[in-house]
Amino acid sequence: MDDNLLRGCLVRLSAEDPEPLAAGLSRWWRDSEFFRLLSFHASPMFSPKHVREWLEKELEKNPPEFYLFGIRSLDDDKLIGFMDLGRPSQSGNCWVGIGLGERDYWGKGYGTDAMQAALRFAFMELNLQRVTLNVFDYNARGVRSYEKAGFEVEGRVREAILRDGVRHDVIFMGVLRENWLQGTAQSSLRHLRSTAGRLALAQHPRGAAGSRPERGAGAGGRQGISEPEGPVLS
Amino acid sequence: MEPLIPPLYAGQLIRLTGIDLEKDPETEARWMRDPAYLRSFGEDVAFPKSAWQVKKQYEALEKDADEHATMFHFQLRPLDDERLLGFARVCWISWPNASGFVQLAIGDPADRRKGLGADALGVLLRYAFDELNLHRLSARVPEYSLPAQRLFGKFGFQVEVRARRMLERDDRRWDQLEYGLLRSEWAIRAA
Repeated sequence: MDDNLLRGCLVRLSAEDPEPLAAGLSRWWRDSEFFRLLSFHASPMFSPKHVREWLEKELEKNPPEFYLFGIRSLDDDKLIGFMDLGRPSQSGNCWVGIGLGERDYWGKGYGTDAMQAALRFAFMELNLQRVTLNVFDYNARGVRSYEKAGFEVEGRVREAILRDGVRHDVIFMGVLRENWLQGTAQSSLRHLRSTAGRLALAQHPRGAAGSRPERGAGAGGRQGISEPEGPVLS
Repeated sequence: MEPLIPPLYAGQLIRLTGIDLEKDPETEARWMRDPAYLRSFGEDVAFPKSAWQVKKQYEALEKDADEHATMFHFQLRPLDDERLLGFARVCWISWPNASGFVQLAIGDPADRRKGLGADALGVLLRYAFDELNLHRLSARVPEYSLPAQRLFGKFGFQVEVRARRMLERDDRRWDQLEYGLLRSEWAIRAA
């Protein structure tokens, strides 16, 4: 067993105290562009106190009703987003939600890295059979990020969202355990088991700055993330 | 004198009614003894409830509907008597997006294949589109629920999503279908 379950190349999934996570969430949710990518609900404006009180209630539950993580960048340990896995069904499915609230971290591979860690947790610790998510058709970067992480489109819920007077579809995506264990999962499993725990990433600006420890071989691993990414979402 | 507009709650065979907290729990608890009934809806565990538990569930349902206004649940009864036949509901409504889900069931196998479900769905759709003013409806149906698939197909619902291997029952995995119907599609057929 290896300690890279929750640690990727760019981020780690973290347990968070209510204060920093609530502060982050209430601030990120007020970024309406971010919120509209994240949720089909009407964009809210909750106070940090309100969010904290809700979070405290959730975080106290044992066992938790859902698995809520912070996403922290490995370089500077900054809280840049969140990820949650819903309660698994008895058929071994759960829903995943993710959001990178910090715009500076958009388009650089952080979201995909976080999702890959989420899937390791889902398949290798929760032992799930599949993971499901919804993404809105106007979030092309999210769709691409999820595809890179192994999700496949399973359908489109037509005209499910109305924003600015325009109707949009909700894209339904899923990743099956058996597919994840093969295909792109190969790189995840190598990552999971490697002592260095790092895969080579092409075109990563921070890596080029040389502030990170030496990378593992990752030979034959997946290609670097070369496309810009958005704030991925549930 | 006949009303100019048909009453909202009446079909040809069934009507939409409210919950009878004294009588309905026992009937529903009896339906729940058939695992096929419980399994027909989707992924929730097929765990039967006693009449007492069903009554508590109905009370919680009414409270939730009252507080959140995102579900409209109806009990189905024949036009002329009070016997409970099943239920039909619009739920998981998102008001800003004018979307929702539909669920319905005829509880006793002896009452099925008689057109009651189709009659109920027709009335429910009119309620959803012409009273709740929704733009689109969804329905989740397990791959193994063939009567439900036929019923939704009959009303013009399209399969929009196939969630692969979403359900596991009896040591086998099944897909879950998600159907969708737009108001414009319903309006053409209803005309």
